[in-house]
Amino acid sequence: MSRSRLIANTVAVAAAVVTFFPIYWMVLSALKPAGEIQSLEVRPWTLAPTFEHFQRVLGGENFGRYFLNSLVVALTVVVLSAVVAFLAAVAVTRFRFRFRTTVLIMFLVAQMVPVEALTIPLFFLVRDIGTVVPGVGLNTLGSLVLVHLAFSLPFAVWMMRGFVAAVPEALEEAAMIDGASRPVILWRILFPLVAPGLIATSVFSFITAWNDFIFARTFIISAKDSQTLPAALLVFFKPDENDWGGIMAASTLMTVPVLIFFVAVQRRLVAGLGGAVKD
Amino acid sequence: MTTVTTAPAGPDTQVRQASPRPGGRLRPWLYLLPSAAVLLPLFGYPIYMLGLLSVFDYRQAQVSGGEPTRFIGADNYTALLGDQRFWSVLGQTVVFAAALVVATLAVGAALAVVLTRAGRVPRLLLSLAAMAAWAAPAMTGATVWMFLFDADLGLVNQLLGIEGYNWFYDKWVTFGIVGATVVWHSFPFVMVTLYAGIQAIPGSVLEAASLDGASAWHTFWRIIVPMLRPLITIVVIQSIIWDFKIFTQIYVMTNGGGIAGQNSVLNVYAYQTAFGSSEYGLGSAIGVIMTLILLAVTLLYIRALYRSGEKL
Repeated sequence: MSRSRLIANTVAVAAAVVTFFPIYWMVLSALKPAGEIQSLEVRPWTLAPTFEHFQRVLGGENFGRYFLNSLVVALTVVVLSAVVAFLAAVAVTRFRFRFRTTVLIMFLVAQMVPVEALTIPLFFLVRDIGTVVPGVGLNTLGSLVLVHLAFSLPFAVWMMRGFVAAVPEALEEAAMIDGASRPVILWRILFPLVAPGLIATSVFSFITAWNDFIFARTFIISAKDSQTLPAALLVFFKPDENDWGGIMAASTLMTVPVLIFFVAVQRRLVAGLGGAVKD
Repeated sequence: MTTVTTAPAGPDTQVRQASPRPGGRLRPWLYLLPSAAVLLPLFGYPIYMLGLLSVFDYRQAQVSGGEPTRFIGADNYTALLGDQRFWSVLGQTVVFAAALVVATLAVGAALAVVLTRAGRVPRLLLSLAAMAAWAAPAMTGATVWMFLFDADLGLVNQLLGIEGYNWFYDKWVTFGIVGATVVWHSFPFVMVTLYAGIQAIPGSVLEAASLDGASAWHTFWRIIVPMLRPLITIVVIQSIIWDFKIFTQIYVMTNGGGIAGQNSVLNVYAYQTAFGSSEYGLGSAIGVIMTLILLAVTLLYIRALYRSGEKL
């Protein structure tokens, strides 16, 4: 083995250990009995793994509900954002029209807007909409779907653009010659071909929605049933003593699904980014 | 007879059909309609509202309708610009974000290069670990790092053998730990993107370089970096945007901005001003200033895109 290979291997393994350690520590702490967490003699393993923290979290704090809420919001955002972004990406890559560049720049600018700064007007907007359409007002999951859809969209369009452009136009032209209508070409030919890109894009949309803390905290004021995971986690922070076992168990429950999702689409994600790169 | 006449006309019609986008004048707008339906009300209108609120005296009394909203012109801005506190928050936001961008890029790029040279198993290990950190929600990343650095039960204090040292007491130590958490979350994106980019560079180019006797260092700066320039621009800009807008980690790890708000960044400051002190007008003014700063970054980015000859 060459020296440079050896150094690279060492650095890679060391970086992997350091990077993964917090996740390991989170899961380990979630499984440690309360006594071991409280102990001042720390051990990087446990001989008596227990589900007591998970049971407490899932049983006591309505956590299952929050989990489901987060999932519903994130998946709805993923599906809607994929379809809407795909259409917009087709528009800006397949057509030459007036203001095309302007539209593109608007998507880019939208990405830059500090969405947290928009919390203030959005809070009032959602409150006012709620009086007309209760389904998307304050304290509803609908309000969260709406804002996350809006915030994940500009980036999704920007990313999808590269994938749509990478599909040879000749394919669509051939289909057109064969008499396929535009909607058929769009959904039966182009849509499947950009699937890797859609997956990569979906990962970002999913994470935007799943991770959101600020809007959940701001919009879901009193309806505990509409709370999502990130904001619900705060329940375990106590002024006197934090319930670290509970926090770690809840954090594990919040992280693992995303982790599985990520690892499952990992290859596609990398291929997707590679595709965007080659553009 | 008809068949005979249409047969020669066949290729002709095909050419016409295949010609670029017939009837496409309205179609792109049709495809853009759903995006517009989402973005205009949820982006355009709030941005307009943000600007509007920032020139009004808008507090709890006005929200509840107890008092009429009063137009106060630039008063919110004057108050901000004359406030020492605003300037210190602005300063530390810029310094913190810049440090995060540099650290994220350095770690991400270095590890991307390491990935290209490492063997199969180490590469897989690092990729999976990075995926885990990437996938971890900001919220849970914040909680785990807080636990690691907890004064009493934290692993770090126990390993270092120091009792009860509070890592979240000193302003810059706190920024350091929050920063480490953010970099931990964000370097994987840079690493994976750049690695994918390096993979896409034809092997023959790198081979030629090594045949010409170029060192790894040279190959990186003279060949890889220039070829990846468009990608690097995207990664840099994304990092600036993300790091300038950090909210969750600061808010959660420092319990709303640290002791006496010492760890506030513009985002948290705006949020606390609006929702903590019910100064919605003033909070909006901070939001406007922040938006303008990011808009300036965006314009620089767009100019850079045009300069590099990338067609939009």
